[in-house]
Amino acid sequence: MNEVKLMKGNEAIAEAAIRAGVDVYFGYPITPQSEIIEHLMLEKPHERTGMVVLQAESEIAAINMVYGAAACGKMAMTSSSSPGISLKMEGISYIAASELPCLIVNVVRGGPGLGTIQPSQSDYFQAVKGGGHGDYRLIVLAPSTVQEMADFVELSFELAFKYRNPVMILSDGIIGQMMEKVVLPPQRQRLSDEEVERRYKSWATTGKTADRERNIITSLELKPERQEQHNINLQDKYKKISENEIRYEEFNCEDADYIFVAFGSSARICQKAILIGKEEGYNLGLLRPISLWPFPSNIINEIADRVGGMLVVEMNAGQMVEDVLLAVNGKVKVKHFGRFGGMIPSPREVFIAIKQKIIGGKNGK
Amino acid sequence: MANNITPEEIIKKGKLVFSKTALMTDKVLSYCPGCGHGVVHRLTMEVIEEMGIQDKTIGVAPVGCSVLAYEFMNIDMQQAPHGRAPAVATGIKRAFPDKFVFTYQGDGDLAAIGTSETIHACNRAENIVIIFVNNGIYGMTGGQMAPTTLEGMKSSTSPYGRDIEMMGHPIKITEMVAGLPGVCFATRQAVHKPGLVRKTKKAIRKAFENQRDKKGTSIVEVVSNCNSGWKMTPVKSNEWLEENMLSFFPLGDIK
Ligand SMILES: Cc1ncc(C[n+]2csc(CCOP(=O)(O)OP(=O)(O)O)c2C)c(N)n1
Ligand code: SF4
Repeated sequence: MNEVKLMKGNEAIAEAAIRAGVDVYFGYPITPQSEIIEHLMLEKPHERTGMVVLQAESEIAAINMVYGAAACGKMAMTSSSSPGISLKMEGISYIAASELPCLIVNVVRGGPGLGTIQPSQSDYFQAVKGGGHGDYRLIVLAPSTVQEMADFVELSFELAFKYRNPVMILSDGIIGQMMEKVVLPPQRQRLSDEEVERRYKSWATTGKTADRERNIITSLELKPERQEQHNINLQDKYKKISENEIRYEEFNCEDADYIFVAFGSSARICQKAILIGKEEGYNLGLLRPISLWPFPSNIINEIADRVGGMLVVEMNAGQMVEDVLLAVNGKVKVKHFGRFGGMIPSPREVFIAIKQKIIGGKNGK
Repeated sequence: MANNITPEEIIKKGKLVFSKTALMTDKVLSYCPGCGHGVVHRLTMEVIEEMGIQDKTIGVAPVGCSVLAYEFMNIDMQQAPHGRAPAVATGIKRAFPDKFVFTYQGDGDLAAIGTSETIHACNRAENIVIIFVNNGIYGMTGGQMAPTTLEGMKSSTSPYGRDIEMMGHPIKITEMVAGLPGVCFATRQAVHKPGLVRKTKKAIRKAFENQRDKKGTSIVEVVSNCNSGWKMTPVKSNEWLEENMLSFFPLGDIK
């Protein structure tokens, strides 16, 4: 029943968006994620589901189009890569403040500045610590396979509407560009306009009817007492998300002597490094955070009780390692290994790094 | 003798010559007394009421003095980031093509930080109405120079008057977008005299009718005063507007 295809990660996201019944996509081309809008345009989603796809004049315009459509209760998304995501930040802050559901995809490339079109994970801080101005959080999901690129689209919208909060898929140029087998989800029907108006009547701006007060989408509050209360309400919501929406995957964490902590494509590399380790007599494991925010701190803290150390492998200069250090809270040795600027570490490099930085001694044990 | 007439008698049906449209809320306007914003609000709401489209209309408020427009307009509204109202309106209109969508923007919002969004929304012929209040200054932030500030005009960031060589020319953005095929109607109006108020209302009505008839983008510029920013009394500011603004920003339909 389910269709299986060989696809690039970017194409999988686009196809999954059509199938999830997304109403509108707004984006601006940037490598390494342009296949998303290209695939959408090629697939004529307007004919398939009625989905609107529009190439905006800039990332700023695109995120504000998302704001407008999301504030009407529609399923709205955009995608970009690092420099473009930086441009979207003001809009993302408004969307978070106004509590609107939407999906933002970042297929990360190396920075800072124009940087490189090669893959990187250097936007971790920007994604999980807010990115734009003000105290807000995005729900951040990090796929490590093309399959997850597809699966996380529907999951993102589920979470976005459940909490009325923007969700980011934080991918990278490797997963965006690589081809893998993917089981495509079934086609869902888009909600009718009438259904959208009925479901989101309590907040969406769809035109004030006689049976309700007007709906207003704004993030402005001039009275500090009320603005503080709004912030408190947001924090309460974030607490609820932290309690309910943590996602991660464990590989051999039950009896490993040492583990890697890595997300996205770095986690794939660590899986290979575990195999190399096995051949050489080491018992290694991997904890892969899937939700980068909320961060799986508790499980990392638990694992810290039974392993000899953790190596955080990232394609950046050391970002997620800070969250791991907070989670471990000094219980066990935590080190970072990173390649950056578009360089991808090899599994052997990663294996050598855990030997040198964590296992130490003559032969590790 | 006026003394003998009770208020009840004055507001008796038949004697009533004017009443506030139900689409304006009872909230006291936050605008400075004498400011043109309030009149443009009322005209827009009157048009929406008269066309019977309140239940299908979504307005977009800008960043500027009219950021709180949603407090006064009894319709569904969104508040957009500074300059991005035409992009936000595009998102709404593409999501709900059968709704009526308008933006309400000042000159800093529309013709400085949001120039790109303005031009590209117009160029895509987004089927929306843009109401553009041009007061030649940044009112909300305390009277700084706007892209529309006239040559020699004083503001807090051009305290010796706008120096063209250093600060560039004032921009006529309505004329600029009128040149785009996506724009079906571009007009410049004013609201400092009763006759002009009536004309402005007609223009706003035409713009919404264009949207109903799916003709593309309509832009209604209203040359207005900012008595606070210009540091004048309301009466003086209207005289100054008449004498100085209108020669550079002539009234009438551009397209
Ligand atoms: C990104 C951003 N930059 C600057 C500001 C500060 N700001 C608020 S209103 C405004 C100018 C508004 O002027 P105008 O659009 O002419 O409207 P008016 O207040 O005159 O009606 C500025 C610069 C802001 N809120 N956001
Ligand atoms: S500052 Fe100027 S534009 Fe703003 S309300 Fe006062 S008079 Fe009007």
